[in-house]
Amino acid sequence: MIARVLIAAALAALTAPAQIAIQGDTVYTMAGPAIRDGVVLVRDGKIERVGPAAEITVPPSYRTLRAAVVTPGLVDAHSTVGLSGYLNAPQDQDQVERSTAMQPDLRAIDSYNPREPLIAYLRSLGVTTLHTGHGPGILLSGQTMVVKTTGDTVEEAMVKPLAMVAVTLGNSARESQKGKSPGTRAKEIAMLRQEFIKAQEYQKKLDRAATEKDKKDSQARDLRMETLARVLKGEVPLLVTVQRANDIVTAIRLAKEFNIHLVLDDVPEAYLVLDEIKASGYPVILHPSMQRAFGDSENISFETAAKLKAAGIPFALQSGYESYVPKTRVVLFEAAVAAANGLSFEDALASITINAARIVGVDNRVGSLAAGKDGDVALYDGDPFEYASHCIGVVSDGKVVSEIRR
Amino acid sequence: MRISLLVSLCAAVVCALGQQTQEAIAFTGARVMPASGPEIPNGVVVIRGARIVAVGAADTTTIPAGARRVDISGKVLMPGIVDTHSHIGGPEGGDSSAPIQPDERILDSLNVRSATISKARAGGVTTANVMPGSGHLMSGQTLYLKLRKGNTIDDYLIHLDNGRVAGGMKMANGTNPRRDPPFPGTRAKAAALVREQYVKAQEYRDKVRQAGSDATKLPPRDLNMEGLVEVLDGKRIVQFHTHRQDDIMTAIRLSKEFGFHVVLHHVSEGWLVADEIAKAGVPCSVIEIDSPGGKLEAKDVRFETPAILYKAGVLVAIHTDDPITDSRLLLRSAALAIRGGLPREEALKALTINGAKILALDQRVGSLEPGKDADLVVLSGDPFSAYTKVLETWVEGQKVFDRANPQDRLYAVGGYGASHDQSDMDLDGEEDRQ
Repeated sequence: MIARVLIAAALAALTAPAQIAIQGDTVYTMAGPAIRDGVVLVRDGKIERVGPAAEITVPPSYRTLRAAVVTPGLVDAHSTVGLSGYLNAPQDQDQVERSTAMQPDLRAIDSYNPREPLIAYLRSLGVTTLHTGHGPGILLSGQTMVVKTTGDTVEEAMVKPLAMVAVTLGNSARESQKGKSPGTRAKEIAMLRQEFIKAQEYQKKLDRAATEKDKKDSQARDLRMETLARVLKGEVPLLVTVQRANDIVTAIRLAKEFNIHLVLDDVPEAYLVLDEIKASGYPVILHPSMQRAFGDSENISFETAAKLKAAGIPFALQSGYESYVPKTRVVLFEAAVAAANGLSFEDALASITINAARIVGVDNRVGSLAAGKDGDVALYDGDPFEYASHCIGVVSDGKVVSEIRR
Repeated sequence: MRISLLVSLCAAVVCALGQQTQEAIAFTGARVMPASGPEIPNGVVVIRGARIVAVGAADTTTIPAGARRVDISGKVLMPGIVDTHSHIGGPEGGDSSAPIQPDERILDSLNVRSATISKARAGGVTTANVMPGSGHLMSGQTLYLKLRKGNTIDDYLIHLDNGRVAGGMKMANGTNPRRDPPFPGTRAKAAALVREQYVKAQEYRDKVRQAGSDATKLPPRDLNMEGLVEVLDGKRIVQFHTHRQDDIMTAIRLSKEFGFHVVLHHVSEGWLVADEIAKAGVPCSVIEIDSPGGKLEAKDVRFETPAILYKAGVLVAIHTDDPITDSRLLLRSAALAIRGGLPREEALKALTINGAKILALDQRVGSLEPGKDADLVVLSGDPFSAYTKVLETWVEGQKVFDRANPQDRLYAVGGYGASHDQSDMDLDGEEDRQ
């Protein structure tokens, strides 16, 4: 598997500069209805044109790839890959820092290892864009970002350096050590509220200093407060990982109090509070369909994605965080299980392409096949959700980065 | 001798008469995948009591008069799934006192009211090798369970013809059993500890044999030694957790030295030593994992492992290691093996008859053949399609899962209360009273 990915990467280096035409028996653009016998032209890294083969002349200089099914490059709406390494040894686990409960100053860009094998693995399964960063497990673990699954450095991979600030509520945010906070749900929220109030004060002082030029109100920079102030301004969403229904409602209460742009994450009991989520207007990044039923997630269901869709709640699917085997899940596989449990094929595909891109705030660049967008395309030898189908090619920013000949 | 033959003949007649009085059920119209032979596009399977009595094509199979007909046209009928490695029911084996604890029986620890067992039925599993964990070199005695609807562990056991309860012995090597003393700190130490105990067991067995019928010469009973002697005598197959290629070879080496039967489990790097495994004649029980890593030993795990082992000539089953893979996704694991190159008919066998062979239960389960247990799975479509649902699961002629039943459906898809123990028993009680 790894060897195959490496070979694919080597191939990619050789085939980099060509312009590409991708012909699919079915092309799911996610920007309109599926096209039977469609063509996607990719030029200089961007999508040039998408349409029926009958209407598009492929320039002779273009390299042509063929597939049964073509989709946009997949967007994983929430992962920790690149920070949480595949060896699962202390030296490659950078998704959570446990010294204190709240660390909004921790940047994802300072922890990302672009050569982590799981990135190449996900890429070989069609994932071209990754929302990744600090993971669940403590109250406020740090920042997240959006990257491409290519690039030798985080700078090369970068799409959005600060995507969200990651909060965990419920049992998994509790400190197990006696005397350390938070130790209860109420304490979790009290701590977060106090911190946001501090950030409000910090921002007020900054604003006064700026308008009144009152030197008395100037203050030393505080990286934690700076980040939370951006959350309070609505520039950066708060990603709240939460399981139980009462904790979902708590997260909404917190966000409304501070007028924060909330993204509800995980939410295995969302089906119990669909009306409340719908009324809040906040989007959902749903747990992987195959996430295990343990602890606060014991009531998880394969059908929640379908229920969110029926309720009209915007949502995406994620690969999530795994502490053991498998070290990462794969959104292609998770969407398949959602599609097998009440979600339509195209809605399942949207949850790992355009809808994921929208919630993560990068839909101007990725998530659909439309002229001007990034040249990110995934190719399959059959229904992408069938377990025995293969992702036979991946194009990222106009380069073939994975190719499997069968 | 003659008398005993007569007795058994009578028993057989009585048994046969008893079966005649039970209602026959004929499943008709399905695509039947027997696992013991080619697919039957329009097949009939007839069961009576706990056994299968006929399997064949619709036009050549006689349905007994008075049989209840169950029309499952458009559906797929396959044998009940045999999961060769599972932890449903919360089995516990050895504790932290010693690395080798062959006296531990999961028989004494299992919670048969666990929702995990109901979920396994929802996944089409009818037989499961339920094992203690891999944190010991030897963590205890496993149980081969039939997932009948029962009230206590006794209702789930398989009683073999020799009077024994079916089960194996769990062993492990590699990193999981490595801990502070008295556990091993290196691989060589792990092997040395195991060899030391097997040598002791050989001596214990010799003493027992030498004592013959003279009870005064018997060594004092030692449950650890008794467990190991069962392994040496071939009464218990060793179910050996092993990942890395060199650990795989160590497991084979130990089995050859002491002559015990072994099944290699997980074999993440089995694809590197497929020919060696084939040459040793050792079967494999393989797990399919969605991504490599999560632990050092699984860094090179790949979907192709079952295909590579099969092509090398190894007998291959596919397991869940539930909760690593949810039992409801075992069909999916076999489909992933197809993704990795395993032929479809071999993937079916890897879920059924091969697992039965690996557990030495293939005389009773693992395929749709007359005389075998009436363990069946009714599917909405192709077993390896993502869109297929398990509709019904039957164990020994009893329907133990029905997706049309709301409580069973809850176990199949999840939802509020799906992980709560025992609620199925309560609801079944309600149903019975109605």
